[in-house]
Amino acid sequence: MANANVATPNNPTSGNRFANSSVTIEAAAPAARISFRATPKGAKDFGKTLGIDLPTKPGLSASNSSLSALWIGPDEWLIIDTKNSINSLMPRRENANFCATDVSHRNVAFIISGDGAENTLCASCPRDLSPAAFPVGTASRTIFGKAEVVLLRIGKTSFRLECWRSFSPYVWDLLIDGAQDAHI
Amino acid sequence: MLVIHCPYCQAERPELEFANAGEAHIVRPNNMSDMTDAEFEKMFFVRENPKGVNLERWRHIHGCGRFFNAIRHTVSDKFLKVYKAGAPRPSDAEIAELMK
Ligand SMILES: [Zn+2]
Repeated sequence: MANANVATPNNPTSGNRFANSSVTIEAAAPAARISFRATPKGAKDFGKTLGIDLPTKPGLSASNSSLSALWIGPDEWLIIDTKNSINSLMPRRENANFCATDVSHRNVAFIISGDGAENTLCASCPRDLSPAAFPVGTASRTIFGKAEVVLLRIGKTSFRLECWRSFSPYVWDLLIDGAQDAHI
Repeated sequence: MLVIHCPYCQAERPELEFANAGEAHIVRPNNMSDMTDAEFEKMFFVRENPKGVNLERWRHIHGCGRFFNAIRHTVSDKFLKVYKAGAPRPSDAEIAELMK
């Protein structure tokens, strides 16, 4: 019998994969995610717990094996762990210096990779994603078509795109559209 | 597309990441229940809407999420200055200097 206390989210784009000669788009595996809001002290303390310094400069991210911390705003980070469980990540105690929210099931991610990855994203995103303006490790909340997303450049020609779960079929369709243009 | 400098991201970002949030430096009074209807109307509804320099609130809603203030020319759409929320209103002399 299903455990009534455990949500089993429906991921409408789970397992999706697309490839052409210039770009591959894949639905990322499920991951643990925390939306983290904190004072500078709260960010420092939680960084110590995680074993990673939460970046304090706009647009930066920090990574340590399966764990990434993305700067989203002056007091906001998105923590993503592709291996460890959310229970091992969430802070044990409440603290006036921070607010951690489990958003593991709110988001899904796509990995866009290949020489055409940048052009695939640029088809629907107004940001300058050239390596000079958006180097490896850059993280940013931005807009993709009409959907809000978080972009992380994980390699010279690869990106992780996080979007809200219910927006993922829309984002997927736009990505395929962009990939077909990037292919030309 | 407008390219707007966000004082929190400390970088230029495309207009599509932003939302305009009306006139800046509107002081919400503490004694709202004592106001006459005419006073309330003036505070709540009446805005400068100038043809020229306008002081506006903006929000980097699809970015860092922060509200900030901007001085924008409503004819040319040129942003003369952006500054963080809570910073004082630039003086008329400073605005005149920015327009040169
Ligand atoms: Zn910003």
